[in-house]
Amino acid sequence: MTTITTAEGDAARDLPAVVVDPDENYLNTSYTVKSWLLTHDHKRVAILYLLGITLFFFLGGAAAVLMRLELLTPQADLTSHETYNKLFTLHGVIMVFFFIIPAVPGVLGNFLLPIMLGARDVAFPRLNLLGWYLFMIGGCFAIAAMVAGGVDTGWTFYTPYSTTYSNTHVIATALGAFISGFASVLTGLNFLVTTHRMRAPGMKWFRMPLFVWSMYGTAIIMVLGTPVISITILLLAAERVLGLGIFDPARGGDPVLFQHLFWFYSHPAVYIMILPAMGIISELLAAFSRKRIFGYGFVAFSSLSIAFLGFLVWGHHMFVSSQSVYAGLIFSLLSFFVAIPSAIKVFNWTATLYKGSISYDAPMLYALGFIGLFLIGGLTGVFLSTLGIDVHVHDTYFVVAHFHYIAVGGTVMAFLGGLHYWWPKITGRLYPEVWARVAALTVYLGFNLTFFPQFILGYMGMPRRYHVYPPEFQVLHVLSTAGASILGAGYLIPMVYFIWSLWYGKKAGPNPWNAKGLEWQTKSPPITRNFEETPIVTEEAYAYAD
Amino acid sequence: MSAATLKTYVLVYAALIVLLAATVGIAYIDLGTPNVAIALAIATIKSLLVMIWFMHLKEAEHIDWVFASAGFFFLLVLLGLTFVDFASRP
Amino acid sequence: MHTQTDGSALATNVAPQFDDAEQQARSAVLGMWVFLITEVLLIGTLFATFAVYRYRYAHEFEEASLELDVVLGTINTFVLLTSSFTVALGVYAAKHGKQKAIVANLVITLALGVVFLCVKGIEYYAKFHHHLVPGPEYHFPGTASPVGHQTELFFTFYFLMTGIHALHVIVGMAVLAWVLKLALARRFSPEYHTPVEVGGLYWHFVDIVWIWLFPILYLINRH
Repeated sequence: MTTITTAEGDAARDLPAVVVDPDENYLNTSYTVKSWLLTHDHKRVAILYLLGITLFFFLGGAAAVLMRLELLTPQADLTSHETYNKLFTLHGVIMVFFFIIPAVPGVLGNFLLPIMLGARDVAFPRLNLLGWYLFMIGGCFAIAAMVAGGVDTGWTFYTPYSTTYSNTHVIATALGAFISGFASVLTGLNFLVTTHRMRAPGMKWFRMPLFVWSMYGTAIIMVLGTPVISITILLLAAERVLGLGIFDPARGGDPVLFQHLFWFYSHPAVYIMILPAMGIISELLAAFSRKRIFGYGFVAFSSLSIAFLGFLVWGHHMFVSSQSVYAGLIFSLLSFFVAIPSAIKVFNWTATLYKGSISYDAPMLYALGFIGLFLIGGLTGVFLSTLGIDVHVHDTYFVVAHFHYIAVGGTVMAFLGGLHYWWPKITGRLYPEVWARVAALTVYLGFNLTFFPQFILGYMGMPRRYHVYPPEFQVLHVLSTAGASILGAGYLIPMVYFIWSLWYGKKAGPNPWNAKGLEWQTKSPPITRNFEETPIVTEEAYAYAD
Repeated sequence: MSAATLKTYVLVYAALIVLLAATVGIAYIDLGTPNVAIALAIATIKSLLVMIWFMHLKEAEHIDWVFASAGFFFLLVLLGLTFVDFASRP
Repeated sequence: MHTQTDGSALATNVAPQFDDAEQQARSAVLGMWVFLITEVLLIGTLFATFAVYRYRYAHEFEEASLELDVVLGTINTFVLLTSSFTVALGVYAAKHGKQKAIVANLVITLALGVVFLCVKGIEYYAKFHHHLVPGPEYHFPGTASPVGHQTELFFTFYFLMTGIHALHVIVGMAVLAWVLKLALARRFSPEYHTPVEVGGLYWHFVDIVWIWLFPILYLINRH
């Protein structure tokens, strides 16, 4: 890789002379609160997002802890029915809207996208900061609703319960999701324009890292899908506050129409959740097999295909909603198609491993775990797309297990893997490798113990969102809760050593993994404008020696 | 990029006004089912006129076209697949 | 510093993340197009929802539509189409460095925006007067009971869609007013006129929404 050569752009820009102080980086240019809260630097915005999503992960996780404790026994003993309804709603709303959708794009996307493209920042840095504020304000609305007594509609806000009959804080929560949605739109907009307009000289489309391709696909979904949920939430609020009767059957409305509008966004939203994670996995597998990702072109196009096809399948959430059978058939067929690009990725990742020079550092452990867990989660998705099967397992723990395999076994594992991999770049410190591997294994084992029993529970008929159940299900629930405690421990360990590493971790060089990619050609941590001189790209991505 | 001339803008504007008159006029003639299709077609043409000439899509980069089309395409997907449900209920 | 064709210094500042003014301008235009498609999906969803109910309650929606004033609606369509024309002329003027023409066209566009909102206000007032605002006071003429659900649904969408559109007209006017302020300070030239272009794009979008709203709401059943 020919790296540091002055590009024409630099000369024309009359950029100031290269930073003289070799110790200066984006973290220590200023320590004031104002410099953080008014930052234009995409790397600082990424850190702000990291703080936010960590807070929300704890909140959503706390709800999960209470739920799993309650589910240890078949009776309602820890919580009342009303409280349990509020717990699973809180868990869903916080985890979906305030953790998993913003996490990878907000943290790793923001931090890495410009650097991977050879740019100094995103196209619209102030919009980026505005996005973070909207995300946090939306989150505050959700927390306020929780403190004021919670919501009990489920994160799906189905009407007419949410608009007419629920006596809980629906509007505050829905508004929180509404406001935070704009963060999604702004992030997506920024990523799209940055990728199109700000690639460094020589950074052709097919030289970009696959993480960028997956962020591009994610950005398309964020931009096209989010406005639909935004207006749907507004309609919900209008019906609830103004009594307008849009989805209420008593006033001529159609509750199934709400579901169509809701899922038109919320299905593509799950691809917002998984695509960035898939991008991370591509990076990790390439780095820790020291090999180019097999079928680069196919993997790149699969990200675009998932973005496109993901918009055509939402009705598979509505097979038993009284949607017409013909619509069900069409959505079922289309849902089979959307599995194909994901499968293409899994095959290409596996082929990458073949004859690779594999090392088992913590990021790679997370990546390998991802492949297996995503496989199970994805295949059970195909089961659920099969209309005949879904009729039996819809609204059971089978569905719960399916999406947790993808969201937790997939996205959270990938996020942790990425966080470990790029931690030296973000903070300039190394994390303790032994503890990291221990944590990765703990997470993997805890995860499987938590969620595999749930497939069986669902198949046997345990409904979701219930906390009172027949005694014969108790053994499986106990196993699941035991797993959850192990999983929780597995998440706590990295929190401790990551913070520890900020002061006591070994200082990192520019490329501790000896990996390919523009991000490894700058200091750790990078200077504010990322590169001392704009790089000129001459090699393909992942140009490891064969 | 070939720039549009003043004459182009005047012609497009004139076309828009003619189409406005047409859409109002045709609404008063009972053609049965085609009425809706014609109204939508006229609206489509007017939108395209505004997008291609007033919004300079004609001279714009390829990617601006792609994004503009994508927005409308996915809106059609929302409409289309939702109607597959509502139109096929007994 | 770049110099313009007439030798004067470039009025624009290039933000530090961009390499040059051209990259900045192309990014701004692409950014606005991406933003506009989010608006297409936002407002388009209302159209889709309306379409479902129009299909299902065809008769009631046709009855309700007759209560709308076609004359005022046509006037408003004419007003917005003309404002799109003047905004396009404004961008043309900016591209050719015609300072007075930029200002004149922007002022006319804003004035037409005000006319649009006034006509809308008259329409809304008339609806209020005739008890056609959805809510406890709603009463569709000719129906026995005080409430006619399906016609009320029509008016729910009428107010939601034209209301949100009017909000966008106001925002568009604010944007163009800011552009006018820059134009009065002679900030634009053939080399730099991105705000006029980008503000114009937003205004054209607002016009396109009305191009669809008008026939769908007002012209359903005039024969």
